[in-house]
Formats: sequence, C-alpha cells, structure tokens
Amino acid sequence: MDGSRGVAENLTPGTAVRRESHASGQPGSAVRREWQRFTAGERLARFAVYFFVVAAFVLSLGTVEVIPEFLWDAPAQVQDLLVRMWPPDYAHYPASVHAALVETLHMATLGTVIAVLLAVPLGLLAASNVMPSRTVNTVAKLALVTSRSVNSLVWALLFIAVFGPGALAGTLAIAFRSIGFVGKLLGEALEEAHRGPVEALKASGAPWPSLLVFGYWPQVKPAFWALVLLRWDINVRESAVLGLVGAGGIGVALNTAMNLFQWDRVAVVLLAIFAVVIVAEVVVTWVRGRIL
Amino acid sequence: MNEALAGGGSSGKPVPGSRRAFEPDWLARLGWLAAILYVVYAASLLDFTWARFVTGLEQAARFFDRMFPPDFSRWEAVLKGLKESLEIAVLASVGGILLSLPIGFLAARNLMPAWVNWPARAVIALCRTFHPVIVAIIFVKAVGFGALAGILALVIASVGFIAKLFAEAIEEISLKQVEAVRATGASFMNVIAFGVLPQVAARFIGFSTYQFDSNVRNSTMVGIVGAGGIGAPLFVAFQRFDYDVVCAILIAIVAVVFLCEILSNQVKRVFGEAVQDGREPRRG
Amino acid sequence: MSEAAAGTGAKARSAGSAAPAAAAALELRGLQKSYVRGKPVLRAIDLSIAGTGLTAIIGPSGTGKSTLIRCVNRLVEPSGGQVLLDGEDLTALRGRSLRLARRRIGMVFQEYNLVERLTVIENLLCGRLGHVGALRAWLRRFPPADIDRAFELLDAVGLADFAKTRADALSGGQRQRVGIARALMQQPRLLLADEPTSSLDPKTSVEVMELMRGLCAQRGIPVIVNMHDVELARRFAARIIGMSGGRVVFDGPATALTDEHLKQIYGGEGWLA
Repeated sequence: MDGSRGVAENLTPGTAVRRESHASGQPGSAVRREWQRFTAGERLARFAVYFFVVAAFVLSLGTVEVIPEFLWDAPAQVQDLLVRMWPPDYAHYPASVHAALVETLHMATLGTVIAVLLAVPLGLLAASNVMPSRTVNTVAKLALVTSRSVNSLVWALLFIAVFGPGALAGTLAIAFRSIGFVGKLLGEALEEAHRGPVEALKASGAPWPSLLVFGYWPQVKPAFWALVLLRWDINVRESAVLGLVGAGGIGVALNTAMNLFQWDRVAVVLLAIFAVVIVAEVVVTWVRGRIL
Repeated sequence: MNEALAGGGSSGKPVPGSRRAFEPDWLARLGWLAAILYVVYAASLLDFTWARFVTGLEQAARFFDRMFPPDFSRWEAVLKGLKESLEIAVLASVGGILLSLPIGFLAARNLMPAWVNWPARAVIALCRTFHPVIVAIIFVKAVGFGALAGILALVIASVGFIAKLFAEAIEEISLKQVEAVRATGASFMNVIAFGVLPQVAARFIGFSTYQFDSNVRNSTMVGIVGAGGIGAPLFVAFQRFDYDVVCAILIAIVAVVFLCEILSNQVKRVFGEAVQDGREPRRG
Repeated sequence: MSEAAAGTGAKARSAGSAAPAAAAALELRGLQKSYVRGKPVLRAIDLSIAGTGLTAIIGPSGTGKSTLIRCVNRLVEPSGGQVLLDGEDLTALRGRSLRLARRRIGMVFQEYNLVERLTVIENLLCGRLGHVGALRAWLRRFPPADIDRAFELLDAVGLADFAKTRADALSGGQRQRVGIARALMQQPRLLLADEPTSSLDPKTSVEVMELMRGLCAQRGIPVIVNMHDVELARRFAARIIGMSGGRVVFDGPATALTDEHLKQIYGGEGWLA
C-alpha cells in the first residue's frame, strides 16, 4: 500500500500540471505536458538579439569602404615590408631602444599601482552587496564607465595637453584607463562572493570593516590578484603605443623609426616589444601560480 | 560570565600562549616593502613632482577653457568617421567571435591533448602580443590606408582576448558535470554541448560583449595610424590645437561608447541570466 | 533538562531578571514575518527558551523554521512582534547595538558558512570579530586570550591537528565542528543552529549533535536547532517544537511527541513507517 502510494506521488511531480487538471474539473485527466527551454518573452528577446547582430553585420559589410584591390596586393606588400625589416638594426637597441623599453615598464607598473589604489574604493562602492545604496552604486559605476569609455590614447592626449609630452602623461593615462577595468571586475567579483560566510560573520556581530576583511577579501583575493596581473599585462602592451602620440615609452622610438621609414629599426623595436610582452606573460603566469 | 565555564572540560591542556595561531609571513612583508620602495623610485624617475602637478593644473585650466564650447560645425565629417568606426567594430567583433570559439576550445588544456592546445595557445599569445594600434600599423602597410586595416587589426585583438579567456573558463569548469554527461553515453559533441557549453556559455557571451565594447573604443583609435574611423580627424584636431573640435569628437565618441555598452548589457541580460540563478537560494 | 520542557508556554518572564539561569534566555512575542505582503511565513509565534537544554524545531520544508531562527539574530528582518534576549528587545536595535546583541548569539549553519580560504584557526577567530577591530583582525593581532580559547575549543571538537589547515580541505563533519567552535568562540548566551546536520551523513550527524549538545551543556548555553530528522530530534532534544504553516502546532518534551503529532505537523501518514 505504502509503496504504491509513493509511486503515485512520484508520477505527478509538476505542480503546474496538477493545478491545471484541477482547473479543468477533471482530476485524473491527462494533460499534455510540454517542455520548452525558454519562455515566449525570452525567445523573443533572443530573436531580437540575433536579428540585431545579423542586421548590424550585413549593414556594416555592405557599406564599409574597403578597396578589394588592396587585399590582392597585400601579400606582395607584406613581403616588401619583411625584406625592408630584415636584418633588424640591432645596434640601434642599446643606442635608443633600451632606455625607452625600461621607461615603458615603469609606466605600466606605476600606472597599475595608481589605478589599483583608486579602483578598490570605487569597486567596493559599486558592488551592490557590499554597498546597499543604489545611488552610490550608480555613481561609482558611472565613474568606472567614464574611465573605461575613454581610450588610453585619448587619456594620453589629454594628459599631454596638461603635463606636456613625456612618461608622466603616459603613466597617468595608463592609470586612468585601468581604474574602470579593475574597479568593474573587482565589483563583479565582490558581487559573486558567497553570502554564507559573510552572513555567518554578520551573525557573530562583526562590524562592517571586519566583514570586508574576513568575509569578502579571502573570497575575492585570488580574483583580485588575477585581475591586477591581467591589467598589468595589458598595460605593458598599452604603454608601448602611447609613445605614438608622444606620451613616452618605447612607442616614441617606434614612431621616430616609422616616420623616417627606417624599417630595420622598426623591426628592432617590434622585437623588443615582443620580448618584453613575452617576459611579462611569463612573469604573470609564474606569479599567478604562486599566489592562487 | 561564561568565561569560567569555557575551559571547564579540558584538563591537561598545553600552557596558554605556547601555541601560535599564525606564522609571521616575512616574504609577504618583504614584498610589500619592496613594492613601496619601487613606487617611490619609479615616481621619482618619471618626474612625479608637486611643482609639476601645480603647473599642470594651470595648463589644465587653459586647456579646458579652449575646449568649451565644443565646435560641432564639422558634424558631417564626425558622423562619417563614427559610422566607419562602428562598422569596423561590428565586423571585427563578428569575425573575432567566430574565430575565438574554435580556437578557445582547442586551447583548453583539460579537453585537448598537448599537441592541439600548444599551437592554439601560441596563436592566442601571438594575437595578444601587440596592441591593436601597432597591429593596425602593420596592416596599414599590408592592405593600405582605410577601414580594412582597422578591421583586421581588431579581429586579431578580439581573438587574443576572447579565445584566451574562453579557454581559461573551460579549464575552470566542473568536470563532475562533464563526467555525468559522458556517463550517459553521449558523443563527444554532445558532451561539449551539454557538459561544457552550459557551464561557459554565459561567460563566453560576457567576454564577447566586453570585447565588442572594447572594439568600439579601439575602432575610434586605429585611425591615428590611418586604419580608418574617427581616430584620424581626432588626432588631426589635437595636433592643430583645435581643442573645441577635439571636445566635440570626444563627446560623440563617449556617446557612442555608452550606447554600445547599454546594448551589450541588454545582450548579456538576455543570454546571461542563467548565471545568476541559484546564486542566492531562497530561505524558507 | 526537563525544566526546559516544563517551561513550555511560560510567557511572562519571572521577576528578578538578574539571574539569567532562571529567566528565559530568549522570548519571542507575537513574532511575524512575511516576505510578500499578505503571505505570512510566520504567524504570531510565541515562544520562550529557558534553561540550558537543546530545543529542536521540526516541521516540513518551507514552513518558516529557518526564517524563525534568522529572525532571532535579525539576519531576517521580522515584520512584527518582539524578540527578547535576556529581556532586551532585539527588534528595536539598530547599527552598533544590533551588532553587540548579535555577539551574544552564536549561530551554526547548514552549509557551514566557513570562510573557505582561511585556516581553521582563523575561522575560529572569526567568532571574535565582534570584539576585535578590523585593523587588528587584518594584521591577525588577536588578543592572546582569544587565541588560547581557540586552541582549547579546537581540542574540544577534536581538531587540534588541523589548526593551520585551510577550511576548504576539511570534510563536511570537520567543517561543522569548526562551525560549532566558531559560534562558541563568541561565548554566546544562546546558540542557534540552522539544520546543522542536513548536509552530513547519519553517523557524522549524530557525532555533531552529540558534540553540540555536550559543549553547550558544559557551558550552560541553551541551543535552538532546526531539524529535518525527527529521530535525531527525539534523540537529542529535551524539548521539541513542531511547526506547520507558520504556526507552532506542538510544543513539549521529546517523549510526548507521538505519531499523531507528527501527522499534524507534516500532514499525511504514508511516510510514517
């Protein structure tokens, strides 16, 4: 008896179905159960996105000004470029590339440090579970979006206008561009933190700074260091181009060589950038392995 | 008041204070010290001085004075440049996303054998090495001035970003779920479709939309080296000290970037809801 | 322990609140909670917990057991009524005074809620965060007395060898022991436990319950436990409170709980063996 009862109950797990059969006034009648992955609204929204993406793609493809002849010409041009670049003018490296390279690394590192110092408070204010005020969240997010919306080259141009050309403008450009990145991702990591431990600490009467230190920080620590490292990695690359607009670093050397069509020197600069980026990548991987 | 009761049960315990709860972490302290010393050293190297900051403020005042009011008189050129920038961003994003999906899978170390993931990871590393603007320089030389160079440069950048993070996301998935799907006798593609993709789909969408935003921003910059879009007029205006025009162009760029970010947030909302389910189980 | 059962339904606090052992440690008066307007989860709960025994709350899922427990330390905000801890109304407290009240209530969670990336000893010391400033906690400068007590509690829960192990390396039973020790670090006036054994196997469940009852009896701390497992409740609780539909439908000594009562609490009878 008991067994059969259990089976009967198991056969009707969907409450919606049972309710429907009650509504129709025939409690045993079989109602067809349908399964659909998404609700109508979800499907509509998804369709709208697909449509929008395809439309944007087709429109762009149709109207963008591309001269096909240039494409056919590309292999020959690349070959020509490589011939001009080879052999690289290695003697140029100690003369003027090395100092610029070191400056680039300083710009990236110092810029990242400044960015982290400014981004941590903003990230805390932007996380809705840490800072329950919607207004504060929005203001902090707005500040972060502003930082990210302005490209580092534009930040560089702005700081050049203020501080004059040089590495200072470049460092600040790196810093101000990175605030948005670090702050946004930190805020998201905070919002993804498990509520349980934080709740437990709250239940023990811990004040909010302790909640941050013991509830949130251990949870976001790996994500935090990972994103700081990621940003430093990106910044090493970014700081290499800021020189194109005069904000210091190795980009200055690149710009000079290109303007003089000294492609063998361009090759040396590119090789130097390549090497430093690889080294940065190795350092990041190593440190990440140590920390996480 | 419970103090007396607290230790009541344990007799023969070690002398209080004899056990240490935390080892002092000298390495970490040394690290912090080194970091502080470095910052001071690097700041002095880059000429971070108070005097410079003060003169900078004066400069800034003059600069902002010349920026306003923004000069929108050449709005047709601005609009044309923006349109081209957007086209570059859209085409590069589509191309980059389509390429990233397979490359990301191939680069995941937990799914693919070493002889597959190494080449894939090398491709990603190569794509990530140079800043899009530098890649654009090379493409300008290869395919000439114009939007095509910008598109190609940003495709490379997109692959470098999306494929890398996608591969890392796959490497972080729970293999328990993959095992469960595999246990049902599913084929390799089905294991991917039901065991892997559901775990990473939302993040892939996230990376893609993020890269689209990033492409929009970069597409406004590649023009500085002649790879199409609004970058060229912006840079020219800067060089001519036409700061009011610069201001107008920047306002237009920020508006477009904001708009695109809102759009991609909507996309994330439509596709990414699954991530948030189950994050906060309801208490009964 | 039978005093706890005898105190059933005693609403008015006895005079002379100076002696906490005699007075009710916790008293709920007309406690209400509804997450959605018009759909109350708790309907006017009156309860008083006195003495040092273990009180189990049983009832079907979704009947408000967790909500009831969380209303006590206001992790969930009650919609109405009063929560009196040693005569002090907790529902009126805000900010710092709420925090100070929470220090006096320990809590053990179903999912342990340990800070996984911290060591066991650090998790225990988390129980003292209400007493130690954030900066001192950050620098791990806890008072030596706290550290001594942490080690004593580790001995008591049998995890002395795991002090410097990270919490995420522990088994479920070990984690819950840490959870209990952390709650006791607060030297609480009252211990709340929200389904502490639901994620554990039967043997570990019994061990954890035994430990919790023993340690709290030693220290004179009354315990309120939410439970799914009726047998476990019968075995360990002096007093059982049965809830159904947001109301208390049974309140009495464990020995008085009959199948008739269980039918009333859970509904149906097919599940009763």
